[in-house]
Amino acid sequence: MIDPKQIAENLINGQAPKVKELVEQALKDGLTPGQILKEGLIEGMNVVGTRFKANEFYIPEVLVAARAMHAGMDILKPLLAKSGDKPTVKFMIGTVKGDLHDIGKNLVGMMMEGAGFEVIDVGIDVSPEKFVEAVKEKKPHVVGMSALLTTTMPSIKTSIEALKSAGVRDKTKILIGGAPITENFAQEVGADGYAPDAASAVDKARELLQQR
Amino acid sequence: MLIIGEKINSTRQRINRALISKDSHYIQQVAVDQVANGAQVLDVNCGINIKNEPELMSWLVRIVQEKVKVSLVIDSPNPDALEAGLKVHQGSAIVNSITAEKNRYEKILPLVKKYQAKVIALTIDEKGMPRTARERFDLAKKLVKVTAEHGIPAKDVYIDSLVHPVSTEPQQVTEFLEALRLIKTLPDVQTICGLSNVSFGLPNRSLLNATFVAMVLCSGLDAAIIDPTDKSIRSAIKAAEALLNRDQYCASYIAAHRESKL
Repeated sequence: MIDPKQIAENLINGQAPKVKELVEQALKDGLTPGQILKEGLIEGMNVVGTRFKANEFYIPEVLVAARAMHAGMDILKPLLAKSGDKPTVKFMIGTVKGDLHDIGKNLVGMMMEGAGFEVIDVGIDVSPEKFVEAVKEKKPHVVGMSALLTTTMPSIKTSIEALKSAGVRDKTKILIGGAPITENFAQEVGADGYAPDAASAVDKARELLQQR
Repeated sequence: MLIIGEKINSTRQRINRALISKDSHYIQQVAVDQVANGAQVLDVNCGINIKNEPELMSWLVRIVQEKVKVSLVIDSPNPDALEAGLKVHQGSAIVNSITAEKNRYEKILPLVKKYQAKVIALTIDEKGMPRTARERFDLAKKLVKVTAEHGIPAKDVYIDSLVHPVSTEPQQVTEFLEALRLIKTLPDVQTICGLSNVSFGLPNRSLLNATFVAMVLCSGLDAAIIDPTDKSIRSAIKAAEALLNRDQYCASYIAAHRESKL
């Protein structure tokens, strides 16, 4: 009988083929996809996030763990969809207009996925109009906006204003981040929260969701 | 190699606090410290303060040059802030930066020409950041062409072909090094890069930065934007220049040793 802890353990160590094998075996053993996701993959990514936040894990280790997570997710996703056990939280993320940086955005996306959220990545250089359109269409619970440059920080403000004008600002929580961003700035531009790193972003998103 | 000190940048919280409170003493101290550690030029950025950036830039350029007799890199995407800095700058400034995006260079290059400045040109265009050495090289050629059309000679153009973190894009460092070699085949063109980005997300960054600086020097880099107070980077530059015959009779290396600066 496979213990989901073994899956978490191998995920933390970035063993993608082993995670895939164990997930398959666990299904054969009769574990539910939901249980494997929660106690195996999400639990493993939680540990990765915590270690990353504490500077015990470095970016390449996070990336290789995320790869292992995906190896397991690829098997679970269709089963979860069938069983109606879909992720309950939709998280949308994009880098704002004029900004081409995607590393931070991708890390946050991976962590959110690892937390069991459905992640909708709208990409880089996302205009306010595109945010509005995407929020209207996908109805995310939380929207993450990233800006890595002092020059593109104002795009966060214009994006939030665009969501306001379109009447959808209050339908979602807005979480922002990126090297030059501060808590102060988040308050100034009317975001709901700020996270200094990818692991904190998950905590912050959970916190915002509780406020709903 | 031209060493440009990176520390007067408003994304650093301590600097930004000094900018907001107009604490010239602190900023001048950072300037003096960098020059004492071998910086030949200083980058100045106040871009986090969007509202009064031109006014701040003018102040920043004046207070820094009041204290250290070096040229500055005026760092802003905002043409008004650039002009405010260029207007009061003494000597030949370097403008940071243009890209190969037309709406950006068309506003900035006339200023570079007007104030007889030099310019840092990033290999980015409307399509984004290139991934391969060849694409970087093609954009560099385009940048040299458009700067020439604005009357700026190739020797005053510093091409920055953008270093990515090796932690997230392991193949990009070798592409960058190859791009440097290609760009150095263009007559008179200078090459520049920031260093610290390469080690993002990894432990012992200063070791990676120092090793990387030796590699880029070997590939022909002409100028680097660094933290000159980081001893391991500084030492690696001295050692690499001696090894590459860019330090006659290893004089600078030996002198640095005698002053216990290695």
